[in-house]
Amino acid sequence: MRLTLRVWRQRDAGAPGAMTTYEVDGISADMSFLEMLDTLNERLILDGEDPVAFDHDCREGICGACSLVINGDAHGPERTTTCQLHMRSFADGDTIDIEPWRAAAFPVVKDLVVDRSSFDRIIQSGGYISVPTGSAPEAHATPVPKADADHAFENAECIGCGACVAACPNGSAMLFTAAKVNHLNVLPQGAPERESRVLDMVATMDAEGFGGCTLAGECATACPKGIPLPSIAAMNKEWLRATRKGRRS
Amino acid sequence: MVLATRSDREPSLPRTLWGSTIGKKAVMAVSGLIMLGYLVAHVAGNLKVFFGPEEFNGYAHWLRTIGAPVLHDEWMLWIVRVVLLASIVAHAVSAYQLSRRDIKARPVKYAHKRARASYATRTMRWGGVIIGLFVVWHLLDLTTLTVNPNAQPGRPYENVVATFSTWYGNVIYIVAMLAVGLHVRHGFWSAAQTLGAGNAARDRLLKTLANGLALALTAGFIAVPVAVMTGLVS
Repeated sequence: MRLTLRVWRQRDAGAPGAMTTYEVDGISADMSFLEMLDTLNERLILDGEDPVAFDHDCREGICGACSLVINGDAHGPERTTTCQLHMRSFADGDTIDIEPWRAAAFPVVKDLVVDRSSFDRIIQSGGYISVPTGSAPEAHATPVPKADADHAFENAECIGCGACVAACPNGSAMLFTAAKVNHLNVLPQGAPERESRVLDMVATMDAEGFGGCTLAGECATACPKGIPLPSIAAMNKEWLRATRKGRRS
Repeated sequence: MVLATRSDREPSLPRTLWGSTIGKKAVMAVSGLIMLGYLVAHVAGNLKVFFGPEEFNGYAHWLRTIGAPVLHDEWMLWIVRVVLLASIVAHAVSAYQLSRRDIKARPVKYAHKRARASYATRTMRWGGVIIGLFVVWHLLDLTTLTVNPNAQPGRPYENVVATFSTWYGNVIYIVAMLAVGLHVRHGFWSAAQTLGAGNAARDRLLKTLANGLALALTAGFIAVPVAVMTGLVS
């Protein structure tokens, strides 16, 4: 395959950036999207140019490191992570636009790499349970109803990649925060901090400069892990409940 | 050694609500639902125009005497007006502040443009502004009668017919009612999500309800100018 790439190039956080056009040839339909970028980078290095910086780690679709807005879609046209996107999703001769996640809370570090530590700070403010560490507790000591376990697992699938923020017209982190809040709030292990968790995580989300939710639904469409849109309604319910009850921890 | 203790008091409920994006959205949802409730009563009242001037004008007069003899003349009307005004202000101010925040949250736009949300969702902001401007004209036309071509106090039937006998009256009204329909279509469902009433099992019901309300309101309101234009009401 022969492709025309329009890639966002930005030297560092302070420098102005621009879409730069590259031609790549000899791309196999079986390559992953990141392998295609590797091919481009190998050529750029041989030519003595600065390779395109992009985030990636496991390349198995489970770590949440890869990002990239491809032709306006977070993680590209397939509902998966960029690393699991293959070139067979494109046609020979295509022009592909590659941009970083765009959000005030995700500043660009270089080229396609953005700083997602705002997500870490949301987690730090409540995405945990306070239990003594040590040997694993007896698995049957805390029974969890099947429906609650399913609900928790559904939300726990979030890998924190930030596609929801990238896809949202308002750069909102509601789906991410909702996934993290619901995951722990429906389980008995998360109950002691149920109110403070949602209040603190939402407060941090707001403080980081993410936009608000307008229920556009773009986040849930882009999410590679299929976190459903009703998770946001569930978090809203938790938040309103916590404001009425007040924090207990 | 002194142990660090938490002495900070929890902020009050209104402060917590107004200080959070979710809280502000809840204010929007509740004020929106109040106005939606009013619109349902309003469209039902409007349709009385089809029963002739006597019944319509009689109904309009009754609106001024609701609650009598406990309430004085027009008191109920003023209570409703105050609640609606408070709802409009709360709705508009929170919408403005949240929109400013949303725009600031993406300072650099994507080079590859595409629509991010459905038509009804994308038109919420400007649709809201259009509806707000319409309300001003609507009050000047049929409440204060300042710009009404007939302007007879106590004769709303004749005033309504006069307004819809002008081309601009019909255009302004029909455009605004289409905006109301789109606004309610996304707004009702969105309010349900914001107030935590949405879940996977209820989603279809809520969407159907939102579409049904939007369609019923728009059709009900537009029925009046259409009836005047076709001579069914004159």
